[in-house]
Amino acid sequence: MSPALQPTEEMSLRIQELAGNLKIRDVMTRKVFAVTRHCTMRDVQTIMKNNAISGVPVVDDRHVIGLISVHDIMNAYEQEWMADAVADHMTTGVRTLAEEQPLSIAMSAFSKFPYRRFPVVNRNNELTGMVTLRNINMALIQELSRQLDAMETEGGRISPATSSETFIFYRVYRIARYDFEAGGKASAELREQLQARGISPKIIRRAAVACYELEINIIAHSFGGTLTLYVDKDRVRITANDFGPGIPDIEEAMTEGFSTATDWIRSQGFGAGMGLPNTKRLSDEFAIQSGIDMGTMVKAIIHLNPQEKQPDENE
Amino acid sequence: MKTSELKFQGLECVQLTDNEITGGYTSDLLSDVMAHLTEGDALITIQAHKNTVAVASLTGASAVIFCHGRNVSLDVIETAAKEKIALFVSSGSQYETTVALANALDR
Repeated sequence: MSPALQPTEEMSLRIQELAGNLKIRDVMTRKVFAVTRHCTMRDVQTIMKNNAISGVPVVDDRHVIGLISVHDIMNAYEQEWMADAVADHMTTGVRTLAEEQPLSIAMSAFSKFPYRRFPVVNRNNELTGMVTLRNINMALIQELSRQLDAMETEGGRISPATSSETFIFYRVYRIARYDFEAGGKASAELREQLQARGISPKIIRRAAVACYELEINIIAHSFGGTLTLYVDKDRVRITANDFGPGIPDIEEAMTEGFSTATDWIRSQGFGAGMGLPNTKRLSDEFAIQSGIDMGTMVKAIIHLNPQEKQPDENE
Repeated sequence: MKTSELKFQGLECVQLTDNEITGGYTSDLLSDVMAHLTEGDALITIQAHKNTVAVASLTGASAVIFCHGRNVSLDVIETAAKEKIALFVSSGSQYETTVALANALDR
């Protein structure tokens, strides 16, 4: 069995939260094609072809002793080993995951090791399933949709105020990739909410612009995601979460002028490489986390209390 | 100066809301506009789409002037009307339009 793995630090907190309740057992593929050591490389190739899979574990009395990947097959083809037994050419020392482990362990295994699949074993070390990144993505998207449905039902409601000074506005927006037409919905509502509460125009502008930049970021740079607004009497909290692809170098992304935008995004007036730096400058508190293939989370907080020091937006 | 009083050669009004124009800001990068436009400015740009109006509204622009005689679609005009922003089309470039606006405001 693999040594104990810890979830990676860069992994978005939101994703960890999502994965929190799931175990590897809940997401793995249970229908596994495995071969014994005496099967030939050609047998494995046939199994791969007929079932559209790219990795076949080799077992001995249900214990994983090796793995054959497409790469191994290509190599065997080149070396004319196709009639040989798999035991001669399989990858040994295969890392397995335990079905009882939390999903976050599988996620960190994928970011730590170059493998595209892991065999999953039970307490007796017997093969019970396989897990790929696709399994994980599907499970996370399902879990996220479930949570979103729950949040959308609750969202937008002014919760019963504990005192007359307390107000709360809470809403979750789903944002689709490249849907520039929809950009600005959250910021327009935020602005209305703050105007209705008599917040100073300068602070409203900071909050609305920060919100708009984050909306556009999800539209232009992610596969889609959500933006959550939370307003109480002291502050606005804007949280942007997306489903990937993640930011390889956050420091670079935070540099004014750096952009990965395509010409089409630029033709929409965006992609100047100012979105994240603008948002940070406008916010009293700012945090960003990103994981490759997992997503990005940005949190921006703007204080509504005018006595507090405010960043100068034209600095 | 009121948006209704704004006149220079090649300028055509497509959506009139009577705002006070106090200055101007010329840019085609919306993030740059969000960072630097001052409330009351007229935004001079070639970006003739809805996002421009959204940004103008967020930043408190009094008007948007689209340059090079760009066609303005109906949904852009409707959004501007809803957000109470005046819309103009100028036949000149960003530079020519900026100069014309500066002269008009100077008078």
